[in-house]
Amino acid sequence: MSAASGSLPRYILVRLLLVIPMMWVLLTLVFLLLRVAPGDPVTAAVGDKLGPEELDARRAALGLDRPMIVQYLEYLGDAARFDFGTTISDRRPVLEIIQAQGGATLTLTVGAFLFACLIGIPLGRVAGRRRDTPLDAGIRLFGVVSYAAPVFWVGLMLVGLVVKYVPGWPTFGIADPETIFYVPDKTGILLLDAIIANDRISIVDILQHHVLPCFTLGLLLSGVIIRLVRVNLIRTLGDDYVEAARARGIPERQVIRKHAFRNALVPVITVIGLQFALTLSGAILTERTFNWPGLGDTLVDYITARDYIAIQGLVTFFALAIVVVSLLVDILNALVDPRVRY
Amino acid sequence: MRAPRFVSTIWNTKGMARWILLVGVLITAVFLLFALCAPWIAPYDFNQTKVDGVKFPKLASPSGDHWLGTNDQFYDIYSRVVWGARTAVLVVLLSIVLSAIVGVLLGLVSGYVGGWFDRITLFLMDALYSFPSLLLAIVFSFMLRERIGGGIVAAALSLTAIYIPQYYRVVRNTTVAAREATYVEAAKAIGAKPATIMRKYLFGNVVQSVPVIGTLNAADALGTLAALGFLGLGIAPNEASDWGYDLSRALDDVSAGNFAPALWPGLAIILLVTGLTLVGEGLNETLNPALRRRRLQKVTLPPRDTTDPEVVR
Repeated sequence: MSAASGSLPRYILVRLLLVIPMMWVLLTLVFLLLRVAPGDPVTAAVGDKLGPEELDARRAALGLDRPMIVQYLEYLGDAARFDFGTTISDRRPVLEIIQAQGGATLTLTVGAFLFACLIGIPLGRVAGRRRDTPLDAGIRLFGVVSYAAPVFWVGLMLVGLVVKYVPGWPTFGIADPETIFYVPDKTGILLLDAIIANDRISIVDILQHHVLPCFTLGLLLSGVIIRLVRVNLIRTLGDDYVEAARARGIPERQVIRKHAFRNALVPVITVIGLQFALTLSGAILTERTFNWPGLGDTLVDYITARDYIAIQGLVTFFALAIVVVSLLVDILNALVDPRVRY
Repeated sequence: MRAPRFVSTIWNTKGMARWILLVGVLITAVFLLFALCAPWIAPYDFNQTKVDGVKFPKLASPSGDHWLGTNDQFYDIYSRVVWGARTAVLVVLLSIVLSAIVGVLLGLVSGYVGGWFDRITLFLMDALYSFPSLLLAIVFSFMLRERIGGGIVAAALSLTAIYIPQYYRVVRNTTVAAREATYVEAAKAIGAKPATIMRKYLFGNVVQSVPVIGTLNAADALGTLAALGFLGLGIAPNEASDWGYDLSRALDDVSAGNFAPALWPGLAIILLVTGLTLVGEGLNETLNPALRRRRLQKVTLPPRDTTDPEVVR
């Protein structure tokens, strides 16, 4: 590699250009999976409700009677314009669904990451510092089990405990129906709407509803963070500059806090972004457990309704989100670590 | 005589790795026993709701007749957990074997042939890999249930595609590296056909990491199977006992303060996933020469010559 190719703007440009083939492949995959496979979406979704003529009309309206290649090109074109189609079963534009339910998924995952960091970083730090002690073994075991335990089972157990010991604490939904009714919808994110409306009772209610689902999903993600922080801390503790700090007589506590720990956190920030896939899978299950009105819950509803277009639209949106997140992670990585740039 | 050497390699590894492997194997063995001997271990059938014409009680507490109680569908929880092991083992085994076969074959051919075929396959596999596995499983399961119903085979097939890219990646990369090796060149020189080279020369060298990936994938596949069951996309309830499905039924019971229907299937999942993970990690740390630390072995030295003045001093 020449020296000129190592510049940051050039790296970002190359990375941006790579987005197009990545998106194309993912979209093609979605299309192949959901549309080329034999079967008729309209019959699957509403076949038992409508007569044959009405079904034909629906098919024509959706363009499903045209050649596959035309449908494919149109699908790519629509996706590029963020048009994800209109559902068959209840005739809602998928984009509208994403705007309405996406906020709930967003606040759920952000809250989960907060919990994951609150749990994972201190535990990982302790485990790394007291390497190979019983404490370390215990924390590592916690990490393994938090990954092995299905997130919905953890959710179920927590619901059971809360019902038993904290009666009155909300265990499902994103807010009381009353709150949802009163808070004016502006941003699509309920918590943000309540803050804009400066409605203290609603804010407290919404936050209370967030605690349990966010904690559940956070536990799942904390296992990854524990492992990362631990391994990174152990690695930095063996580095020369840490040794040098020790040699200068700096107390061990300060060596860890100021020299090793901070540097151990840098890779964690970017790797967290790579956990997007795990987060998405976890969010679908958490939403289902807590009756959370997010995209994952909606997706499963449409699968039960056998609505191909809705499923295709939502999965397409997830695919685009994956590409965008991986782009952001790579750019962030390049900004933090100069060795990454090609 | 490969088996004894394989065993001694594991036994002579230093530190935790051996114990991790041992505990993992023990846990997994218990569940394999459940799976194999379910009809003899479980007191009732997985979908049995009455015995001698007397219906089981609904949501009963543990008793002599029902060791772990019954759930909301009048099933005996203990029997459901035992039969669930059989379902889990069958589905996971089938999906892992299938994905290993497809992944290894694709990886071998793609890495050896190279060119456009390699690039396109690599690109597709990367795309498949970047997709959240649960989402992929959901889509596959949805498609398969429409066509072939919700049986064990359908569940296994919907998990298969998720894991193909991992085998593909490893095998392809090792194949690309091995393609230029002298022994392959020698085989070519004596006129071996590409199929022969792949089968006889490359295969043995590139499959070594497959057992480790396989066990770790098995742990993951089990979690995904449970997730599918929980979402109502797993095994159809009349086909076999499914831990994930039982958990989805237990949602209301737990809210009402009855833990048992959710507790036991969940613990079974956690234990088996942990067991498989330990086996995978243990195998990795004992069989991978880069990670393995060997125990100090007793070395018998020849008796010292005490008459030598150098040694005495």
